[in-house]
Amino acid sequence: MQRNHNHPKICIVEKVIDETPTVRTLIFSDDVMHNVLPGQFAMVWIPGLNELPMSVMVSKESGKAAFTVRKHGLASTGLYNVQVGQQIGVRGPYGNSFDLKQGKLLLVGGGTGLVPMMRLLTFVKPTDDVTLVIGAKSKNEVFFEELANDLLKNNVHRVIITTDDGSYGEKGFVTNTIEKLVNENRFDGIYTCGPEIMMYKTVQLAHSKGLFVQASLERTMKCGVGICGSCCIGEDLVCKDGTVFDGDHLMSNHEFGSFHRNKAGILENY
Amino acid sequence: MNQLLYSKLPIFFKVNPSLITSVGKICLDRPVMLASGILGISLDVFNRLYRSGAGAVVTKSLSTEPWDGYPNPTIFSVDGGGWINAVGLSNPGAQNFAKMIESNVDVPIIVSLVGSIPEDFESMIMQFKNCKITAFELNLSCPHVAKVGLEVGDDPELVKKIISAVKTSTNIPIIAKVGLGTSNYLNTVNAAIDSGIDAITAINTVRAIAIDVETQRPILSNKFGGLSGTPIKPIALRCVYEISSKYDIPIIGCGGISTWEDAVEFILAGSSAVQLGSAIGSNWIHVFNDINHGILEYMKRKGYSKIDEMVGLAKKS
Repeated sequence: MQRNHNHPKICIVEKVIDETPTVRTLIFSDDVMHNVLPGQFAMVWIPGLNELPMSVMVSKESGKAAFTVRKHGLASTGLYNVQVGQQIGVRGPYGNSFDLKQGKLLLVGGGTGLVPMMRLLTFVKPTDDVTLVIGAKSKNEVFFEELANDLLKNNVHRVIITTDDGSYGEKGFVTNTIEKLVNENRFDGIYTCGPEIMMYKTVQLAHSKGLFVQASLERTMKCGVGICGSCCIGEDLVCKDGTVFDGDHLMSNHEFGSFHRNKAGILENY
Repeated sequence: MNQLLYSKLPIFFKVNPSLITSVGKICLDRPVMLASGILGISLDVFNRLYRSGAGAVVTKSLSTEPWDGYPNPTIFSVDGGGWINAVGLSNPGAQNFAKMIESNVDVPIIVSLVGSIPEDFESMIMQFKNCKITAFELNLSCPHVAKVGLEVGDDPELVKKIISAVKTSTNIPIIAKVGLGTSNYLNTVNAAIDSGIDAITAINTVRAIAIDVETQRPILSNKFGGLSGTPIKPIALRCVYEISSKYDIPIIGCGGISTWEDAVEFILAGSSAVQLGSAIGSNWIHVFNDINHGILEYMKRKGYSKIDEMVGLAKKS
């Protein structure tokens, strides 16, 4: 029988990597998830506990994929604590993907928002000139630097790290670095995923210069298939219309960068 | 006018069919509405659905206080079509919601309410006094939350008390949404009509469960959920047919409608309008205009100018 992508496919976690004291990558085998597009997500079931939307992390091995999760709430902490040999259910992929331009590219990732950026890196052409900016609070929360350099080894590239406390790389918020980069370069495409305020400022900066920019958004998600409405932002549904949105569209959305909805659907400020 | 005669009329005699329909006192431009529970938490989304061809949108069922709903997983996709959901009536609460839709101008909004006692419903209706709304729909049939929904609907005496109280507190039309619980749903319909209900929506999701064979456990966090979509269509259609055969009450058909043929079947069975939700999961929101277009083509082909001419026709045969 053909696989129903809305059914949780039970996968066994084969390997767990500690990326930072609060972030782990769980590797499993699944051809469908191995091949998802950057920006797409899966709904990940931790049997008996919860289910949450996760961007799908790349794995170098064919037929494998991964989830990189930061322990934060009940569901993400549940996934973080999954051990090698445990079962998880994976349904999807859902959502659209980044529209990858060619030439001079700028990627901006914060925290686990780096996951779709890593997948995007696997799609760049060898002729692309790629700048990746990784934002983190401090040195011990920096991850994927080595992986990014490795994925970009055939490209002209730069990986810039910023830490809020200056314990590693450039000191300050990632958006200060973006502002400088956008003023000094003419990028053909800018892509971002991470904390909403970071994405908002990145989109705003790029948009003010008339540059092509896209962001992959996160919202409370229940169904993942455009029925429950939990992930709405203005008139858009992140699961169906996104997760990737054009900067032009986002700048006209009055909720972007300002509000998200809680589980009951009440608007809350960022 | 019979079909044969109509088809022989010269073209200038033919009237362009209209999708306008009346559900009792409720008049709608188009007969296909968004069902409760689906996409219903933002006015921006309501506007988008209205632009996409929905005749009205029914909100998520609102309670006196905000509810988070159940933890995920809250939805399961059934092989061959349909969904089982146990979202758990998550909603921002009547007060927050009313504030959010105060600026509504264009959209025919039907506010769905869920509660346990008459006072719950009365107090919620008061919250909407500054809102432009088309009707209230009382959820007497959610099959997966305790003390509300079906547990209320299965008690005709309680239904009577609630509807009588609600009818005295507002002039806005009141619809009762019924479903299949542990008692005969027709007793609930009967009680609702006795208490002065303006229309009936039939039916809600049907209590169901999904089990995963690998992990050997129910998939939904609440274990039980409500089955919706194509698997329940023939059952919903039967209920509409039964209600319209037995009672003279405007009916809104709901359950598994995803094509114009489905919508027409419900109209022929006796409903003046229909609601859909699950079809959005597979056909996205284009489904409204697709169905509107299909109904219009059908009306042209069969020679009908108004929806009303088709309501209940299947009962004649």
